[in-house]
Amino acid sequence: MSSTVNVRLNVNGTEHELDVEPRLLLVHALRDRLGLTGTHVGCDTSNCGACTIHMNGEAVKSCTVLAVQADGAEVTTIEGIGTEDNLHPMQEAFWNNHGLQCGYCTPGMIMSASALLARNPNPSEEEVRHGLEGNLCRCTGYHNIVKSVLDAASKSGAQA
Amino acid sequence: MSVTGAAPAGHVGRELRRKEDPRLITGRARYVDDISLSGQLWAAFVRSPEAHAKVVSIDTSAAAARDGVHAVFTGEDMSDLGGALPMAWVPPGVEVNNPEHWPLARGVVKHVGDPVAVVVGDDRYAVSDAVEDVIVEYEPLPAVIDPEVAIAGAPYVHDQFGTNEVHQWSLAGGDVEAGFAEADVIVERRVVNHRIAGAPIECRGVLADYRAGSLTLYTSTQVPHFVRLFMALLLGLGEDHVRVVAPEVGGGFGQKLQVYGEELFACWASRKLGRPVKWIETRTENMTVAHQGRDQISHVKMGAKRDGTITAFHVKILADFGAYNMILTPLIPSLGAFVMGGCYKIPNVQTDITGVFTNKCPTDAIRGAGRPEATQMIEVTLDQLAHELGMDPLEIRRRNFIPKEDFPAETATGVIYDSGDYHKTLDKLMEHVDVAAFRAEQKELRRQGVYRGIGFCTWTEICGLAPSRITGPNGVGVQAGLWESAMIRVHNTGAVTVYTGTSPHGQGLETAMAQIVADKLGVDPSVVEVVHGDTSIGPEGRNTYGSRSLATGGEAVARATDKVVDKAKAIVAAELEAAPEDIEVANGKFSVRGSPDKGMALADVAGVAYIGAVPEGMEPGLEETTFYDPENFVFPFGAHACVVDVDPETGKVNVVRYVAVDDCGRAINPMLIDGQVHGGVVFGIGQALYERVYYDDSGQLTTGSFVTYAIPTAAEMPSFETDRTETVSPVNSLGAKGVGEAGTIAASAAVTNAVIDAVRPLGVDYMNMPLSPMRVWEAINQGQGASPEGGPQS
Amino acid sequence: MIPAEFEYTAPESLQDAIGALASGGEDAKLIAGGHSLIPMMKLRVAAPSLLVDLRKVPGLHGVERQNGHWRVGALTTHTTLEQTPELGVVSAVASTIADMQVRNRGTIGGSLAHGDAASDLPAAMLITEAEVTLQGPDGQRSVAAADLFKGYMTTEVGPQEVLTEIRIPALEGWGYGHEKFNRRSEDWAMVGVCAVVKSSGGTCEDVRIGLTHMGSVPLRATAAEEALRGQELSAENIAKAAEQAAEGTNPPADLNASADYKRHLARVLTRRAIQGAVGGG
Repeated sequence: MSSTVNVRLNVNGTEHELDVEPRLLLVHALRDRLGLTGTHVGCDTSNCGACTIHMNGEAVKSCTVLAVQADGAEVTTIEGIGTEDNLHPMQEAFWNNHGLQCGYCTPGMIMSASALLARNPNPSEEEVRHGLEGNLCRCTGYHNIVKSVLDAASKSGAQA
Repeated sequence: MSVTGAAPAGHVGRELRRKEDPRLITGRARYVDDISLSGQLWAAFVRSPEAHAKVVSIDTSAAAARDGVHAVFTGEDMSDLGGALPMAWVPPGVEVNNPEHWPLARGVVKHVGDPVAVVVGDDRYAVSDAVEDVIVEYEPLPAVIDPEVAIAGAPYVHDQFGTNEVHQWSLAGGDVEAGFAEADVIVERRVVNHRIAGAPIECRGVLADYRAGSLTLYTSTQVPHFVRLFMALLLGLGEDHVRVVAPEVGGGFGQKLQVYGEELFACWASRKLGRPVKWIETRTENMTVAHQGRDQISHVKMGAKRDGTITAFHVKILADFGAYNMILTPLIPSLGAFVMGGCYKIPNVQTDITGVFTNKCPTDAIRGAGRPEATQMIEVTLDQLAHELGMDPLEIRRRNFIPKEDFPAETATGVIYDSGDYHKTLDKLMEHVDVAAFRAEQKELRRQGVYRGIGFCTWTEICGLAPSRITGPNGVGVQAGLWESAMIRVHNTGAVTVYTGTSPHGQGLETAMAQIVADKLGVDPSVVEVVHGDTSIGPEGRNTYGSRSLATGGEAVARATDKVVDKAKAIVAAELEAAPEDIEVANGKFSVRGSPDKGMALADVAGVAYIGAVPEGMEPGLEETTFYDPENFVFPFGAHACVVDVDPETGKVNVVRYVAVDDCGRAINPMLIDGQVHGGVVFGIGQALYERVYYDDSGQLTTGSFVTYAIPTAAEMPSFETDRTETVSPVNSLGAKGVGEAGTIAASAAVTNAVIDAVRPLGVDYMNMPLSPMRVWEAINQGQGASPEGGPQS
Repeated sequence: MIPAEFEYTAPESLQDAIGALASGGEDAKLIAGGHSLIPMMKLRVAAPSLLVDLRKVPGLHGVERQNGHWRVGALTTHTTLEQTPELGVVSAVASTIADMQVRNRGTIGGSLAHGDAASDLPAAMLITEAEVTLQGPDGQRSVAAADLFKGYMTTEVGPQEVLTEIRIPALEGWGYGHEKFNRRSEDWAMVGVCAVVKSSGGTCEDVRIGLTHMGSVPLRATAAEEALRGQELSAENIAKAAEQAAEGTNPPADLNASADYKRHLARVLTRRAIQGAVGGG
């Protein structure tokens, strides 16, 4: 086995220090080492986006980041953006608009969508569709996902 | 929320947001890979790179010697199995060639990805290293990839049969030859429904735990009860000692309606090693070895009178089954045959099916299973016929619709459609689509060089599987009853648990079933918990596929609830000194008709039932079970319109608008129905425009990832317009029909017709899917009707 | 899908990175964002023995205007390029790379050093006539984009060299157009064409056309450029010049696109890209 590397990660506000093989993928560090199984793996080729998390505030595919590359980073996963009692507005919007079916792509979809709104708070439908081109869903046909994101945008706009 | 809280009247029909969602949107759901057991080992498969080869030798020594590797197994190690993987269709009077199919190949591999060995080790990283150290020597054998070549003769996929033919099966009604003799016009086409993948975003995965004589298997499946039966049979265990759990399942689309070798291996290995064994499929594996769908080449012939009346429809299907028969492989094209007349009154209909082996991944049920293929054959051919006759494509449909007075309507082949009103759905579609305005716009756009087209599909299908007497051993030949079960438990507090034998995985059945039960029991859906997917909890079940879970599973739930209501009424009647027939459920209470103030909430009834203060002769408790076997299938229907733009220079097709009007009987939760239609439509658009499983001439799969297998993204799709009519089904008390496959069944034909409509002025009269940019460009180039696959021959 | 084992180091200076590469032997590889390399490692198409991570090396980020050109640090992400519209055609091209998440991690230096014929930025480097700086154990050298791409996934960047920055001439007064053709917007280009045009009084003073995925390296459509240079920028002349866009190309065919189809696409997309450039792009 190759020598391990010590990595510090701030995940959902909690500091973690891990000794990892350099090849450990960030998604496996989160799932297998930290027990944060809300982040999913759906492909081998950085296409499906089910593993999307926020790393230093930006949406990234955690299956294509080595844990060692994330040393010192702030990571937010689906578990970190809201809880059942205190849902993130994007989680609430997905629930209200039937933006999910099997739920497998949903955490990645929500993480991408919330990053998209952080960058562009009032996107058009087309901008939402292009913003989510890195997240595959096989159940919803995207209709209600797009509706959810636009709903979340209009609600946060109303609050502002 | 109080479990005794009064409910608003009528949850059925409401767009209740889903009970499933809180765990899913917060990342708290548990899919197979989210479950870990102490001491678990990991498995990784060594798979054939050859399409057809003799396995000369397997050297496992280097892999076995690696740190972290516990065992390496090959096919020989698994000689103690009780049998090969199952194929559960035995059609009376039909011979089906059925080769043995083992979890690990025994001496010969039949398609790329066929497993030859498995490494079991400490973690997923260790085993993925070790598989590279297993050295397999192959002696390539001639491979046959094209089904039309395979059916012609040698080389054979399975030499022992002396043919690549799997079976022949026909369903005929009337006399097609007589019908063609009456016809003024006959069109013939070659219709290709190319091979596609189910491609759920969660790949398959298993975690088997055998300890002290009992086996628990967590598996990402649609059919935990079928898996339990076959694990027990093939491992020689009592079924009572096998528990199969389908935890959260990340999509199925038919791909997880299967009993897979990887499931059997994990169970076998856990028993052998005394440790839990986990296997999580990679996407590459999923694209390579999880069963695929469609892959039918059909020669269709449709005849009509000059006025558009269809006189006969004859379809000859060559169905590519790949290298093995999976659990229902050879049955799939037959599901299309049952509705080969579509929603039309056609006196003479015949479907002749030939199954063929090739050195490719097996096919089996994928969303729609036989019915999207049939609908493509019917609806695309009908447009061709309309064009030939110079008729409007909607006019020819209206002329041939089975009129609503005919229902229940028996088709030429003896299938009885339960209910329908096809004009009504098409009328409703016309409220959304102004065809005359479209044609004017289309003309104007063409002047500007924009090639816009519109395509229609008026469809029906057969679902709600299934009346066991029709599908069972003495009927169609499926070796199982396809009834469904439900158990309703009212707890002491009045909370309710529903145990359904279905195994939903995204459809929203927890919500829809809760709505049904809540109305009947006068409680809020929030106090109704729906439990599924665990064979050790609740009655034996028949699981989820074929758009059955509401029409069949939901009806079982309704019937079991009715039994609870009957008992509750008897208890209430005794308590209130009234007659049971005078008790009604209103405003959240069981009360005496006419005296709404006097009544008992469900919690009060349960209190009496569990204290045992029940009327004499009645058992205590408030819990009922039902096994429901439907009298007939249900036949949803609809009318879809698709508008596309075709770039005449590049051939690229863009879906501009899609309108779907569907009728799935009574709408229990319209929000869920729309969601099923949206997803189904994109599945069908995906097949028509983007997706294709492709093997090269040597049998190498060239679409083994989401890079090369192009499922649509949000950026390619438009928003959809959906509407519905509600023509209740007489088959079940809910009046409901299935909707999970509807969109898929309709969409590919609507898209195909739209693309042909767009490019007709460029000289293209007919095209087959996939309508990829290059193929459309080639068709336009060839022009004047000479299309790439099968020109018009009328 | 898991990478094979490797050793890892994240040096804090360029000198140390070059040193680590040198001592790591021929199987040592640099990693920037990793969005070209990690997918290949997961599929085990690539299996470096040592990864030298550039993330701690200072001075490799950011976009700066310096005189007549832009200085772009090698670790600048596609997202930053996308969000810097002043970069013109480079920004437009960057905005079409894969998807948001990939653009957030993928870097210009990584993309150029990787040299994938299907990736989008190399052709934009050709037509802006950009230069890259390579730092190695023997010092620093400058390489023109035209000399950078040597063959299929082969570039001029030596095994012990680090691509540190890209200098992109500002091309003020040029219009640009970009046409990327693919089945899905997240896909690699089936064919991509980018063009920059300098016009004066309706005449084409100069034009540069870059082709993506029309060969094992990015190409300039020189015949089409020559045909248009000095001509009036009429629709007819543009179309005529674009007819020569595929001249001399030998595009790799795949399931979705034959060589003939790709040549046809190159012609159509070239016309559209030039029209886009002329239309104010």
